[in-house]
Amino acid sequence: LPPPPFLSSWHPGVRLLEMVKVKPLSAPLQDIRNTVGNIPMEWYQDFPHIGYNLDGKKIYKPIRNKDELDMFLEKMENPDYWRTVQDKMTGADIKLTDEQVELVQRLQKGQFGDVNFDPYEPAVDFFTHEVMIHPVTNRPADKRSFIPSLIEKEKVSKLVHAIKMGWIKPRKPKDDTPTYYDLWAHEDPNSILGRHKMHVPAPKMKLPGHEESYNPPPEYLLSEEEKLAWEQQEPAERKLNFVPQQFRCLRAVPAYPRFIHERFERCLDLYLCPRQRKMRVNVDPEDLIPKLPKPRDLQPFPTTQALVYHGHSSLVRCLSISPSGQWLVSGSDDGTVRFWEVCTARCMKTLPAGGVVKSVAWNPNPTICLVAICVEQSVLLVNPCLGDKLLYGATDQLLESYKAPEEERVQPVQWVTATTEEHGKGIRLVIQHSKALKQVTWHGKGDYFASVVSDNSNMQVLIHQTSKRWSQNPFRKSKGLVQCVLFHPIRPYFFVATQRYVRVYNLLKQELTKKLMTNCKWVSSMAIHPGGDNIICGSYDSKLAWFDLDLSTRPYQLLRHHKKALRSVAFHKRYPLFASGSDDGTVIVCHGMVYNDLLQNPLLVPVKVLKGHALTLDLGVLDVLFHPTQPWVFSSGADSTIRLYT
Amino acid sequence: AVPRRLCILKGIYPHEPKHKKKVNKGSTAPRTFYLLKDIKFLLHEPIVNKFREYKVFVRKLRKAYGKSEWGTVDRLKNNKPTYKLDHIVKERYPTFVDALRDLDDALSMCFLFSTFPRTGKCHVQTIQLCRRLAVEFLNYVIASRSLRKVFLSIKGIYYQAEVLGQPITWITPYAFAHDHPTDVDYRVMATFTEFYTTLLGFVNFRLYQSLNLLYPPKIDGQADAELKAAEGKEYAMDSESYLEKLSALSASLARVVAPTHEDEVEMDEFPVEGETAEQMDARKKEQEALEKHKKLFEGLRFFLNREVPREPLAFVIRCFGGQVSWDKSLCIGATYDVSDPSITHQIVDRPRVGQQVVGRYYLQPQWVFDSVNAKMCLPVADYFPGVLLPPHLSPFVTEQEGDYIPPEKLKLLAMQRGENPDEESEEEDEEEEEEEEDDNDKEEEEEEDESEKEEEMKLKKMEEQKTQSTKALPVKVTAGKVRLEDKQRLEQEQQSEEKRLAIMMMKKREKYLYKKIMFGKKRKVREANKLAAKRKAHDTAVKEEKKKSKKARRA
Repeated sequence: LPPPPFLSSWHPGVRLLEMVKVKPLSAPLQDIRNTVGNIPMEWYQDFPHIGYNLDGKKIYKPIRNKDELDMFLEKMENPDYWRTVQDKMTGADIKLTDEQVELVQRLQKGQFGDVNFDPYEPAVDFFTHEVMIHPVTNRPADKRSFIPSLIEKEKVSKLVHAIKMGWIKPRKPKDDTPTYYDLWAHEDPNSILGRHKMHVPAPKMKLPGHEESYNPPPEYLLSEEEKLAWEQQEPAERKLNFVPQQFRCLRAVPAYPRFIHERFERCLDLYLCPRQRKMRVNVDPEDLIPKLPKPRDLQPFPTTQALVYHGHSSLVRCLSISPSGQWLVSGSDDGTVRFWEVCTARCMKTLPAGGVVKSVAWNPNPTICLVAICVEQSVLLVNPCLGDKLLYGATDQLLESYKAPEEERVQPVQWVTATTEEHGKGIRLVIQHSKALKQVTWHGKGDYFASVVSDNSNMQVLIHQTSKRWSQNPFRKSKGLVQCVLFHPIRPYFFVATQRYVRVYNLLKQELTKKLMTNCKWVSSMAIHPGGDNIICGSYDSKLAWFDLDLSTRPYQLLRHHKKALRSVAFHKRYPLFASGSDDGTVIVCHGMVYNDLLQNPLLVPVKVLKGHALTLDLGVLDVLFHPTQPWVFSSGADSTIRLYT
Repeated sequence: AVPRRLCILKGIYPHEPKHKKKVNKGSTAPRTFYLLKDIKFLLHEPIVNKFREYKVFVRKLRKAYGKSEWGTVDRLKNNKPTYKLDHIVKERYPTFVDALRDLDDALSMCFLFSTFPRTGKCHVQTIQLCRRLAVEFLNYVIASRSLRKVFLSIKGIYYQAEVLGQPITWITPYAFAHDHPTDVDYRVMATFTEFYTTLLGFVNFRLYQSLNLLYPPKIDGQADAELKAAEGKEYAMDSESYLEKLSALSASLARVVAPTHEDEVEMDEFPVEGETAEQMDARKKEQEALEKHKKLFEGLRFFLNREVPREPLAFVIRCFGGQVSWDKSLCIGATYDVSDPSITHQIVDRPRVGQQVVGRYYLQPQWVFDSVNAKMCLPVADYFPGVLLPPHLSPFVTEQEGDYIPPEKLKLLAMQRGENPDEESEEEDEEEEEEEEDDNDKEEEEEEDESEKEEEMKLKKMEEQKTQSTKALPVKVTAGKVRLEDKQRLEQEQQSEEKRLAIMMMKKREKYLYKKIMFGKKRKVREANKLAAKRKAHDTAVKEEKKKSKKARRA
């Protein structure tokens, strides 16, 4: 009897297995049955046996001593070779019967194992779709189907309660208005809020340039170095936020990986960046340059280098010129003082001073031929014996006519008459101080002179009188490190420059009249206008301050035209000129016109930058000096030369 | 997060205080400051209550889910609170022109969102809405022919349209899947998009109305029928294919009132006061040029190959009056086939074209974009498939005096003026060189150059004199001219020295400003010079290579 069709359709595999297994068992030849069960047979690989039979005896593997050649021969000779299968359980060769071969072929084709099975039998429903007149079951209806449900009632009452209490709201009516309509149909300019006047609209994004193109001109592509520099820059510092690239065709252009980032950053900018209206300065730079009178109209002033005075072997610290303008004296670090004729640049005389010469000053009185020289701790008064013989003879006489006072006065310094040897050199008097000296300067009349000692006590400034050979200390208290001092050319005023201030003392009343704030860090030098109302101060922080004494105690103008520290400044005696020398090796000559009209402010115009001195040891020009009558300027430099510009 | 959303929606931005220390309790640490007025303004916003309602709704819903009360969930969902941003749009942009002015970011954002995948990141509805609005806007631009400039950059494609006199620029990414970055807050972007979609919807409505077009857009009946016939039954439903048909950009839109040609009245001209006849003429000319530009591709029939980006090209071509089609299998809305003999241009982006049909140009897509930017149909020879393309220049750059102008741009300008480029090229090169020299002069650094130049001049003069003397027998050897030059130079030097001296006398603040301005100028010149030098080096390298290859060929 064949199995019922639906069974086979459910479990065809099971039945097939049975069929395959059953058939060899039914073969009467040998009844070898392996009892090891369903285990992987390779466990018995290394043993001579392959399992156990029903009696518990070992089943030995059949002897297989065929080599490849034998196998091949058998394959060629045996007509049933193709239907011979090895039984894994016993290791024996089995020849498949025709039925078995057919079964295998059917299975390979995907057909059912049973030949007689019809998979396309018509289906029979258990229940029909037609309504039948009798119920399927004869069970009577429940009672609960006749009475209203309590649970439902509870639910309804809950809902009713919730509606009454307003917990449940009726469904909202659907909104029928269209999503989009003409929003700006009634544009009313009056309805614009005040806010909109304050509102700063977001700036638009920058439009792309040529370099952003997918195929830019070749000059916009970055070279290797530029690319490296681009990579090393901070992302915020980069000028371009991408590397320009070139693609041969549009097809080769990939997606930009930072597209979403850039949109996101734009969003952040829009709502997190403060906005501000910035007025862009739209100035023509030429308009910024002040309109000054042309230097050509302000002549005369020195323009070219005329003479160079060679002779010193070290840096030339100081210069001074005779009142007639014929002789020049210079002091240098090589320990000599040299006297030059101005017009020929000839060194007339060399005076070994025996130390570094810090300052020289020619007596401004034209009837006296006397030079004060600062050497270490003493001031030498030297008669250079140049020029008119009558004149320097008179000077000697004047000095010798001195008679010592009867009672000796206590003096801060020692006045010593020069020895004969020194007298031969020209030295007439030696004023010995207790400390090293910095500067010496004459009063306009030529009798008094002041010296500055580098010291921090009240003895820094001393005023000496040549004719009486006596000195005095004008200050009771030290007000700071004195840089330089100056006599007023006309009135009895005395200027003392400390590091940051210039104090003006009245010598007659013996009191402080003014204190000028220089606005500089460290004043280096000072010069006074021959009119006496204007002062210029040079400072080591490369500023030049012009003071108008009538105007205020602050600088009228602060010029920053030098690049390095100013070493010295000078006024011309006749022409409205002043000059400044600096460490950057230049002398800048400026036109400084002072008007008699008090209402008109001085006019300052730089007219010439004179270059010539070579920089040595980071020092350039050390001293500048104007010729007393001509518009010429001398400068002494660290390159051990003196130059004359005319 | 709520205040942040409010700030985004209402367009409130922080302010930089005048006195940072005063406001920040004496510290100068960076903080963001909002005006008190602005915050109060935010508090009055009715949408704040809506946000609160929504928060309550979410809480209730979560609770209902937690208790598995599905009825409650349904009821709550039915009563989901909604809010509208209409009044905010109106408040932020009281006039339509204001809205147009701020449309750049809205468009870029919508185009970006419309390319997002439909999963994760944001709601599908948002993406669909963005796509719809973007397509509507594109259709408007086509209908009004208001596109002006296109630029293929490495970031994406920039478009610039002129709507009611306002330039509107937007960027679309290239059509690739996005690699979504993790360090981007999509909620912020979504909030922006929420506002932008509202804005763009209203703007679209108004724009369509201004052109007498139906909104939401309907494809023109005639074209619609054609499309249907062409497409057959491959697309399932009308409702689904509708947006796709629109986005094919190949059909014109339906109008409220059928257009009649009589409507196009010639504009009367009203002379503006204080305008000279020249200015009038210039204006008129400009107008004419614009009209011509709008009809750039009129009468041309394009066919897009499979490998070129369809949407941007179809958009650009249609914007300038061209007809465009593509392979039927590529996208809906193809109007004619490859084999159509009336096709004049076929856009191809592959190195070689197998079968070429006689009677049409095979061109690379850059031709279309370059032609649009040049406002004229460029010569096609440079754009054949497989040819090394000329550089694609940005139409957004307007070179000022002293800026570097790439030689291609010069050529283009010459062509626009109506000169023949081949004849001009040499002269231009010379011009360029001269320019470079000018630049060098400006830098004021290299006196050597000047002296060299001068020497050259002297030498030239000497040569001239020599030639003259050979011609007319040696009579005079030297002339006073050389000295004259010296004088000039002296004068120049004097002037420059005067300037330097005057600069010395400047006040500190003015000097600072002056130096800054001059530094900026110098930097500009330096950059221009650098680019020019780079170009020169590149050109010489190319020339040498050519020579070498020629030699090699000969050998």
